[in-house]
Amino acid sequence: MSAPPGLLGHYRQMLLIRRFEERAARAYTEAKIGGYCHLNLGEEATVVGLMSALDPSDYVFTNYREHGYAIARGIDPSRVMAELYGRSDGVSKGWGGSMHLFDAQARLLGGYGIVGGQLPLATGAALAIAYRGGPEIVMCHLGDGTTNIGAFHESLNLAALWKLPIVFAVVNNQLGMGTTVEMSSAEPELHKRAAAYRMYGERVDGNDVVAVQESAVRAVAMAREGRPVLLEAVSGRLRGHSVVDPAAYRTKEEVAELRAADPVLALGDQLRLSAEDLEQLEQSVAAEVGAAIAFADASAAPDVKTLFDYNYATPVPNDLNRLPGQPLFAVAGA
Amino acid sequence: MTVMSYRQAINETLRAEMHRDDRVFLIGEEIGVFEGSYKITAGLLAEFGERRVRDTPISEEGFTGAAIGAAMLGLRPVVELMTINFSLLALDQIVNHAAKIHGMFGGQRSVPMVIRTPGGGGQQLGATHSQNVELYYAFVPGLKVVAPSNPADAKALLLAAIRDDDPVLFLENLALYNTKGDVPDDDVPAEIGRAAVTRAGSDITVIGYSRMASLGLAVAEELAAREGIDAEVLDLRSLRPLDRETIVRSVRKTHAAVVLEDDWLTYGIGAEIAATISDGAFDQLDAPVRRVAMAEVPLPYAKSLESAALPSAGDVETAIRQTLAAVGRLR
Ligand SMILES: Cc1ncc(C[n+]2csc(CCOP(=O)(O)OP(=O)(O)O)c2C)c(N)n1
Ligand SMILES: [Mg+2]
Repeated sequence: MSAPPGLLGHYRQMLLIRRFEERAARAYTEAKIGGYCHLNLGEEATVVGLMSALDPSDYVFTNYREHGYAIARGIDPSRVMAELYGRSDGVSKGWGGSMHLFDAQARLLGGYGIVGGQLPLATGAALAIAYRGGPEIVMCHLGDGTTNIGAFHESLNLAALWKLPIVFAVVNNQLGMGTTVEMSSAEPELHKRAAAYRMYGERVDGNDVVAVQESAVRAVAMAREGRPVLLEAVSGRLRGHSVVDPAAYRTKEEVAELRAADPVLALGDQLRLSAEDLEQLEQSVAAEVGAAIAFADASAAPDVKTLFDYNYATPVPNDLNRLPGQPLFAVAGA
Repeated sequence: MTVMSYRQAINETLRAEMHRDDRVFLIGEEIGVFEGSYKITAGLLAEFGERRVRDTPISEEGFTGAAIGAAMLGLRPVVELMTINFSLLALDQIVNHAAKIHGMFGGQRSVPMVIRTPGGGGQQLGATHSQNVELYYAFVPGLKVVAPSNPADAKALLLAAIRDDDPVLFLENLALYNTKGDVPDDDVPAEIGRAAVTRAGSDITVIGYSRMASLGLAVAEELAAREGIDAEVLDLRSLRPLDRETIVRSVRKTHAAVVLEDDWLTYGIGAEIAATISDGAFDQLDAPVRRVAMAEVPLPYAKSLESAALPSAGDVETAIRQTLAAVGRLR
């Protein structure tokens, strides 16, 4: 193989995310996965490029479109799939689901389903790092649409004011659900919003994993010096907003353009892998995804006995652990 | 024991906890240089510096959320929200994040933080600055809500809240800040989730929290001295968890109850208490549970209207007398 070893690793990770997401979509249609399910299809270069810039001790806060980030963080895809399946071996023990992946060990501190909810939290994590004088940074992912929520403004202002070690990474897939960036953002070049906070802002081609990595490495280095960054990676999502969205709002031409810019295919071409090497990679990725499905399928549903286990971290008297049909007090004669 | 004000009890408890534990820090609007809108944090910036006493921009959602994030990494922030009215700007962070993070992620991280905030009308601050919306938080599993009615409880409950590993909303009250009382000198945290019987009695149970617990106690003492009415008074102290056992035990003894609340009656905290009494003491009740609550209006500015809309000592007394009269126990 002639490709640089780092890049080949990126390619494998991107391919793993691609096949994982495709398989998750299928599992959804088989009713193995419930709720909402948002996929990173088309964003693989952005996901892998951003995550490759982090140290294991850094913290990640992200949104509901986050399966790929969890996998790129090195979390076992089996435990991610088990979470999508709502099983006890899932990363969040079946409490979170697709939108709420969390792994304290991997320092992936969520997975948040409320648009923009992760921004103040991530800012606070960076504040805690600064408070202790630690070397870590926080990377916080958000979508293009999310730049219009109030928490975006408040968080960037706080981060800049307090010189916090944080990278806000806008994953600009050019759509909210069906709303384009131009429809929702008066300044559609989102990285320029950094100027309002005297923050460094940069835009990068999110389909180019090497370019994303370079920008992310630069951003992370700045953040480590207490200079927060707004990094915008422009890509596209290959399917609907979530698994159930047929994306009827997109024209044939748009879809054709997206497919032509497919970052996984592009990197595959660039690497000029032999047919055998490609086949081998596909097989090893397929085996990993297959194992994830098998693991998720075999994992037990959470026991109803554990329903009240996480009410409080510090137990207190008079906590009400009752199921819907139970009375508050013993019923006479019952 | 030292006699001090409710304000002073909070201030000194914050100071002591900050000395005890470097993870404890204060964050909020105007708490440092300005020393707090109600001067609760007076002297603390000078004593601890900007690292421990962090002034913020006017960004309730942002800094409340930042405190949650800092707590997730093991710090123990104490947030001041200038008044509970402004907490509504941070509702998403409190309800969708602070309350959810422990459970939603399978117990992997907790959120050891305190949100201090005063409520209360009666200061002629008008409709947007006079609300009591603690109910919004008491409704939410994952949160704890405590509401001291006197300086001793302010200390004991704040100690408990800061040392607790969950998000605790610590409800203060504008009308109580200058009230004085004995405060124990040693550090004994209260047990969150337990009500206190502040006056034992046998004729009727009077239930309240925060200002209404202290008002209920004052009226009960007055009625005892004047007319020999022997009311039992409960101070809930914790709205979530709610100490249902203590409520029901008392009502099963007195067979009558009046519930006092400084919020609106419809869907209010009193409704939950009345339902609890119905569940646990229905067969022991000699009269319907009576609720004393605010008039259902945005609180007006004009003193005449404001006073009429807020529950007063007279309203409490009337409710007690009418309930006792209904059961033929008015001496
Ligand atoms: C506060 C809030 N409002 C609305 C929604 C519903 N919603 C979920 S995702 C989404 C679009 C977000 O777009 P963007 O930030 O671009 O992220 P993307 O989904 O494209 O990754 C909306 C409106 C929500 N989850 N939270
Ligand atoms: Mg988008």
